[in-house]
Amino acid sequence: MPVPIQPLAVSAYTVTSALGHGLESHLAALSSARGGLRENDFSSAPLACWIGRVDGVEGAPLPPAHAVWECRNNRLAWLGLRQDHFLEHALDARQRYGAARVAVVLGTSTASIGATEEGYRQLDAQGLMPPELRRPPIHAPHSLAGFVAEALGLEGPCLTVSTACSSSAKVFAAAERLIRLGLVDAAVVGGVDTLCDSVLFGFNALELVSPEPCRPFDRERHGISIGEAAGFALLERVSAAPEATRLLGYGEASDAHHMSTPHPEGLGAELALRDALARAGLRADQVDYINLHGTASQKNDEVEAALVSRAFPASTRASSTKGFTGHTLGAAGILEAAVAMLAIRHDLVPGNLGCTRPDDACGPQLALVPEQRRVNIALSNSFGFGGNNACLAFGRAAA
Amino acid sequence: MSELKVYVEGVGVWSPALGGFDALKAHLRGDSVDAPADRPPAVTLPANERRRAPESVLIAVEVAGQAVAMSGHAASELPCVFSSAYGDQLISDYMCATLASAPTELSPTRFHNSVHNAPAGYWTIATGCHASSSAISAGKASLGAGLLEAATLALTEERPVLLVCSDIAGHGPLGEMSGTRSSFGLALVLSPAPSPHALGALALELQPHPGQALLPPPMNGAWHENNPIASAAWPLMQNLASGEGECTLAAAETLALRVVLETTA
Repeated sequence: MPVPIQPLAVSAYTVTSALGHGLESHLAALSSARGGLRENDFSSAPLACWIGRVDGVEGAPLPPAHAVWECRNNRLAWLGLRQDHFLEHALDARQRYGAARVAVVLGTSTASIGATEEGYRQLDAQGLMPPELRRPPIHAPHSLAGFVAEALGLEGPCLTVSTACSSSAKVFAAAERLIRLGLVDAAVVGGVDTLCDSVLFGFNALELVSPEPCRPFDRERHGISIGEAAGFALLERVSAAPEATRLLGYGEASDAHHMSTPHPEGLGAELALRDALARAGLRADQVDYINLHGTASQKNDEVEAALVSRAFPASTRASSTKGFTGHTLGAAGILEAAVAMLAIRHDLVPGNLGCTRPDDACGPQLALVPEQRRVNIALSNSFGFGGNNACLAFGRAAA
Repeated sequence: MSELKVYVEGVGVWSPALGGFDALKAHLRGDSVDAPADRPPAVTLPANERRRAPESVLIAVEVAGQAVAMSGHAASELPCVFSSAYGDQLISDYMCATLASAPTELSPTRFHNSVHNAPAGYWTIATGCHASSSAISAGKASLGAGLLEAATLALTEERPVLLVCSDIAGHGPLGEMSGTRSSFGLALVLSPAPSPHALGALALELQPHPGQALLPPPMNGAWHENNPIASAAWPLMQNLASGEGECTLAAAETLALRVVLETTA
């Protein structure tokens, strides 16, 4: 049995995706069912698909002091950090607790591999990385967390979690453990993944990319649309921010089934769900909203729909928001955690954009259009390659 | 700063010269040790997976298998943490080279093996492990950060945890950036509770602002210098082999982890 946790305060959070920069643009898009996908204008060679691209990344250089970290992924991180006053909140935590008492735990699937790809397209006469990209720190998975720790001046534990599409959900669990053991007083968690050829052509090779905007849970779905996002949250003890939305629990489990397809009965996903509910001390019927993983791949949606249908009553509402943003891979955990927290803050159940005729496996929980209703407890599901599953539970601050 | 204490119940080691913990101990006693086979046996994997698996997976599974066998625990019951500074550099090199020349010819298998958690995926599939599995990275601090993550997991979940730290030799332009020229893996099974067969207790303490303590020693051409996990692990490996001793690892860029190995006998 999992060990129950004391809730933590999410004292600040922000997110940037194809829906815009910061929380307001996300709230506006989710409330009005306006998606952010566009025809692919990114890959280095033509690929007919739709993507969730963030505007303005190219025009947001890093401050000169951090130029060694310069690359598109860290530009998106820097753009994301400056939304919703997140940078100020993080620096305030540093001031209050001390630089070594604040951890940085960030998820990413591909980090700045886009810069490595760029280098390979521009190799010098000796076949080596071109001069402007001869910067070893950006050609490693830790590029994102290394940059963010430096940019925020944080000197506590600093960790990259890279478990494919569950990466930036699992960061909440790792940070909670550090805080519970008294090793730090706060943690900056989150994740960033940017569009790159590796994922566009990689998922294309697996025949998982949809030629049209993705349609999670629809009978006629044809695969995923890939997106990019940056999101961050500041975790502290509840006493530091009693009014803030709370992290109530988390669950982590492995399918032990296959590298790139989910367990046919959703075994790992269900274990992660049960683990999260037990850790939070919640029953399934107390859950008001679930932000589903819902990638629009045939297998994921079939398995996840069946899980929701058997584990929850009809009063629990559920939707995938990947029709709005695309699948942001290693950033999906934090992006959709932010959507779950927005649902609580604004009593908004987002609709499942892209789905008109739900798959037969779907239960009555699926919300096709936005609904205004009380949301006290919200979950977020994130499942990754390698059968890596995570589920997060958030709740409104006790009245 | 609070101290964490975990008990070492199993150790696994693989390098081109050392095929296991016993070989390490013999080497440190000054005995001559036969080099292991080129490919780690990784017998935990089913034979068909073993033939196809990339080196990054073979090394991680090999050291994990050694450590779990020594611990006496069932692999299926152990949450696991896989740490690596660079992940599978050979697959990244292949992918970047292919994407630069013929992107639509990218191999789907190599793509799904490129995820940082591929070793964790293959391990949990091979052992039927449904517990949590993680794949992490922290640059040159990947060993210390992995030890911290695994110890916090063992202590908060109140169950033994498998830690696997490994990196493979690089190749091509990316290999030049990583500077990793040999392959290495170290695995530990860490328990929150003492047991009669534990090798010793690790007392872990974070030390902020370590100043000079994290400066690497001068290079002297030793085997472990060209792998980020091996160079960080070398002092700890010597302590594990002798059963006691202290060392300081990097847990982050400017954060040290003091690691004291105490005998429990």
